[in-house]
Amino acid sequence: MGEKILMKGAEAIAEAAIKAGAMAFFGYPITPQNETPEYFSRRMPEVGRIFLQAESEVAAINMIYGAACTGTRVFASSSSPGISLMQEGFSYIANSNVPCVVANVMRGGPGLGDIAPAQGDYFQATKGGGHGDYHTIVIAPHTLQEEVDLVLKAFDLAEKYRIMVVLIVDGLLGQMMEPVEFKETVDVTKFKVPEWATVGQGDREDRIIITSLDLAPEGLEKMNLHLQEKYRKIEEQEVMVEEYRMDDAEYAITAFGTMARISKTTIELARSEGIKVGLIRPITVWPFPSKTIENRANQVKFFFDTELNAGQMIEDVKLALNGARPVYFYGKMGGIVPSAEEVLEEFKKHLGGQHE
Amino acid sequence: MRKGVVIAGFGGQGVMLVGELLAEAGMEENKYVTFLPSYGPEQRGGTANCHVVISDTTIASPIVSKPDAIIVFNLPSLDKFEPTVKENGVIIINKSLVPREVRRNDVRVLQIDVQSVAEEIGSPKVMNMILLGAYTEIEKPVSLTTLKKAMSVILTGRKASLIELNEKALDRGAEIAKEFMGVI
Amino acid sequence: MSNMKTIYKVPSPIAKRDTSYCPGCTHGVAHRLIAELLEEMDLTKKTVIVWPVGCAVLGYYFIETDALEAAHGRACAMATGVKRVHPETFVLTYQGDGDIASIGIAETIHAAARGENITTVFINNGNYGMTGGQMAPTTLIGQVTTTSPYGRKPEMNGFPIHLPEMLATMDGPAYIARGALDNTQHILQAKKFLKKAFNTQLKGLGYALVELVSNCPTNWKMTPVESLERIRKEVLPVFPIGEFRVVKGVE
Repeated sequence: MGEKILMKGAEAIAEAAIKAGAMAFFGYPITPQNETPEYFSRRMPEVGRIFLQAESEVAAINMIYGAACTGTRVFASSSSPGISLMQEGFSYIANSNVPCVVANVMRGGPGLGDIAPAQGDYFQATKGGGHGDYHTIVIAPHTLQEEVDLVLKAFDLAEKYRIMVVLIVDGLLGQMMEPVEFKETVDVTKFKVPEWATVGQGDREDRIIITSLDLAPEGLEKMNLHLQEKYRKIEEQEVMVEEYRMDDAEYAITAFGTMARISKTTIELARSEGIKVGLIRPITVWPFPSKTIENRANQVKFFFDTELNAGQMIEDVKLALNGARPVYFYGKMGGIVPSAEEVLEEFKKHLGGQHE
Repeated sequence: MRKGVVIAGFGGQGVMLVGELLAEAGMEENKYVTFLPSYGPEQRGGTANCHVVISDTTIASPIVSKPDAIIVFNLPSLDKFEPTVKENGVIIINKSLVPREVRRNDVRVLQIDVQSVAEEIGSPKVMNMILLGAYTEIEKPVSLTTLKKAMSVILTGRKASLIELNEKALDRGAEIAKEFMGVI
Repeated sequence: MSNMKTIYKVPSPIAKRDTSYCPGCTHGVAHRLIAELLEEMDLTKKTVIVWPVGCAVLGYYFIETDALEAAHGRACAMATGVKRVHPETFVLTYQGDGDIASIGIAETIHAAARGENITTVFINNGNYGMTGGQMAPTTLIGQVTTTSPYGRKPEMNGFPIHLPEMLATMDGPAYIARGALDNTQHILQAKKFLKKAFNTQLKGLGYALVELVSNCPTNWKMTPVESLERIRKEVLPVFPIGEFRVVKGVE
């Protein structure tokens, strides 16, 4: 066990990736995650690993793609507009079945938007922002300690399924400081080149081709079926979710990342007024914890979804409930983060005088 | 114990350092802490503020919407955060740059002419530490001793030479606060 | 039989299968030159070739090495990723004119500027062959393509890009040359350029690129022989053969 260190989110994620054995980082500056590449640029030479500032996010993700094809632990980070540029690579990486981890420190959009915290990239992250039928595993931590812990988990999942794992945080988690503890340091001297990786044929009997192309529709269908099979397995086995004060809850808030964190304060405020409300917090937003939500449908009177966007995850909440309970929404856009009190006020509007 | 404080001023006045020191000191005392900076495209001269929470229990939201105290370095910061302070909360003001009185009468107000105090100490660079010393003495989220310890963690390299002066400023700020509390 | 000498054979990295290239296309010649060098220089087993989007999109079926298929234009970025984490591999990119000089020009220029220790083979046939003969960054002034039906006009479409000449102005690249595949003499010369480019990487000198002026009989709507004549008459005067940057140590 390490000691606690006060760190900025965008730096903690970088150190976590280094401790998790990231051998290379490729990225491009963009606010609010510049501290991440800056941190890597200092630390990677110290540990004898690769840092490269690419000429664009397009190039960065393709460098990641190339390095991932060699079976090397690789990490990239960016923020919303940069992640949009990377979507091409996301799609190719998906159909090439190579592992990597990318962090998106989300900011306000669309377009150039602003640099304030937002969660407007939920659709892009969970529904596939690039072309074709694909998913990445998407993890949404809500504290810096959780962020640090989940980086290692992200690499493990990426390699277990040969898939891209995306960590979505927002500018608030990227910029805030909190004590973190790095619990584990991966011994990178034990890394071996996996049998599927392209590093030159060497002594292998067969050469390896990594491609996302098959011009024969039957062949491409087969590639797709393989992906879908993988996705079903991930949906069955890798859902992570936190249920907070749900045991006696009469109402459920659904939120992820920063808004989940704020909602926890909202819940304390509500409970001090005698309102029994709990939180269902997806830690993986893909795969989505639909069953957890469905299982609470009979227990609670309604669901209240709150996000830093116009209502994105709410669609998954509604799909999970399939009309069983009403789902209300409160969101802020443009990079405005509401206080716990504001969330409570909006929540209470739906109580219909029951607790007035 | 749970203390939420908002520290606000111009970029370059050392607002963030004050917040970071508090957070670091809180952690040293095994408390839960969060430090949330506002951030903008400007590197210097823009408005800057940070929210710090120091608590004996886990902290959910790091946003301090109703601060127990605010430390204001300039007039726009007072205008913005005065209405948010809790009843009986504390407002610590850099009098040298805030040419008005506090309008609320349900809060405790300490105005310090930090510029002249800093001149007495011998450097205009320590104005933020005078305000921090005063705040710490009144609110006691952490001890002054831990704060000084935290300084050696955060002020490294070239900045380490400022530690002695900064410690002096912290003590002076605390003294001023003691006198102030005596008045109350 | 025993005193007969082998004077011609299929280089071992060439796959025993038909290619997808049109009859008379010089992609096959370029593939052969690469395969000969991989064999002669004993590089086949340590090579990773990054293939492009374009006519050579299926190139990994024709030269048998470990291979990656890049997104359009991104070969140099992908190759950078491979080479940085596995510098012991021999990394080639094989790219067409649209891939390298249009959609991927940023990736190319920056790989060159970084002196990335990879090697690029650039096939210039003056049009987008696979998609049916659209205008490319290397299409000549006046040349008719499916998207310049009245001929390429400078006032509308600008001018052709001379990639080697551009890259040769930079400090990063170690070896930059242009050869042609229109006749035996030029082909042998092109092989020499390629060998220097391969050696550049093996010696760790940095980025090397060889442009190979090629034909496209199908989209040029010519016989193979006519297309090779066109290279000599029309293309080489605009895109001349030569070595444009050779740093010390390249041989």
